Amino acid sequence: MKVQLHKAVGGVLAACAALAAFPVGVTAQSAVDEIAKYRQQLQDGNPAELWEARGEDLWKQKRGPKSVSLERCDLGKGAGVVKGAYAELPKYFSDADRVMDLETRLVHCMVTQQGFTTADATKRTFGAGSNRSDIEALTAWITSESKGVRMNVALNHAKEKEAYRLGEKIFYFRGGSHDFACATCHSETGKRIRLQDLPNLTEKAGAQLAYTTWPAYRVSQGELRTFQWRLNDCFRQQRFPELQFGSEASVALTSFLAFNANGAPFNAPAIKR
Amino acid sequence: MKNPYRFACVLALIAAGCTTMSDQDVSDKAVAVMKTSFNERGQAKLDRLDQDEAQKLCSIPPSAVLPKEVAARIEEINLATVKYPADGKLLGNWRDGERVAQSGIGMQYSDDPKVPAGANCYACHQLTQEEISFGTIGPSLYNFGKIRGNSEAIQRYAYGKIYNPQAYTACSNMPRFGHKQILTEQQIKDVTALLMDPNSPVNK
Repeated sequence: MKVQLHKAVGGVLAACAALAAFPVGVTAQSAVDEIAKYRQQLQDGNPAELWEARGEDLWKQKRGPKSVSLERCDLGKGAGVVKGAYAELPKYFSDADRVMDLETRLVHCMVTQQGFTTADATKRTFGAGSNRSDIEALTAWITSESKGVRMNVALNHAKEKEAYRLGEKIFYFRGGSHDFACATCHSETGKRIRLQDLPNLTEKAGAQLAYTTWPAYRVSQGELRTFQWRLNDCFRQQRFPELQFGSEASVALTSFLAFNANGAPFNAPAIKR
Repeated sequence: MKNPYRFACVLALIAAGCTTMSDQDVSDKAVAVMKTSFNERGQAKLDRLDQDEAQKLCSIPPSAVLPKEVAARIEEINLATVKYPADGKLLGNWRDGERVAQSGIGMQYSDDPKVPAGANCYACHQLTQEEISFGTIGPSLYNFGKIRGNSEAIQRYAYGKIYNPQAYTACSNMPRFGHKQILTEQQIKDVTALLMDPNSPVNK
């Protein structure tokens, strides 16, 4: 009992010492600045590289019932061309007659070329520890092959134009128990939620900053997270039901945001809090 | 059909003219696309995507200007939903109110529906001076009661604003905590006290 008491007192003293080390007169803005410094320090040694390495292997491996690799998958720049492909997505694909982002295009190739069922291909879209997601790994590698390439999403085909317009409308769609839309948090410059700065996704600067840094290793998740994940998790916090992976709404929103980001060099996989 | 080639020509002309959807068509299609792009999960059922009148009218960019009559109508509809406590007491316990203000859980499909929801006030607002982790989506509420005084009118305004912010500001970004049954009556009283009670740290 005495030992436990000493341990408890010791713990409290240690905590007090830690608190005392926190500078007096900390303001919200100085806390934001310190967090920004922490984020800068994170950039060195990005665990995303582990996902990239696994993704490159998965791309080249013969897999699925047809025992074929993904090296003939057309990501929009020709069969097997990976370099720079992500910077031009989403785009219209005539073989599927729809606009596709990277993740829906990957599922398409896994199904049509490797012979997976859609259910198998989307069995695990977001990894959790040892339950790893192949789509996340493939996305990590494929996006890394667009690093430094300027965002260049085209709105040529009628369905590409429609996807952009639908994405914009969905961006402003207010619903759920809390009346939230994407716009509630992301349509004004210079705002933050708690201490997290919020990019204005309706303007070039904000869209560029946000879109070119996904996918990212999310430290708080301990996982590499993709853009489909980012949209999914936004809607969860908006108190909406669950966004379907690769759904038309998800691709439309991605079209809207990716096009708004045009011109900026792609800079992912990044690392985020 | 007298001349099948002529019919085909007419069809082609119509098709060529129909290349751009009207704004209303895109809006309607967006609503339809939303309804087929989500699955229910946990407590979040698909009816969360059914928009009421305010949500439909407010699905617009911040730059869009609502006609005065439309804004007034939204405020009128929402003011009518405000239910004040039967016992006439609008102020609860500010300490409990601070807990409600700090809590960001509730109504997500990842949340346990048995656990009370929070209001997550600090996500968007400054309230006490002590809490530096506050957002800026909404205005600072520091000294809310101290600035406005403690009259019954201000108490009713504060309570009503939390219950249904759109009673006062059409298309407000703030959730309608009472009308949408996010918070209980007691929780709203407690948050009102956080804002209004002279002993609350918000007013120190």
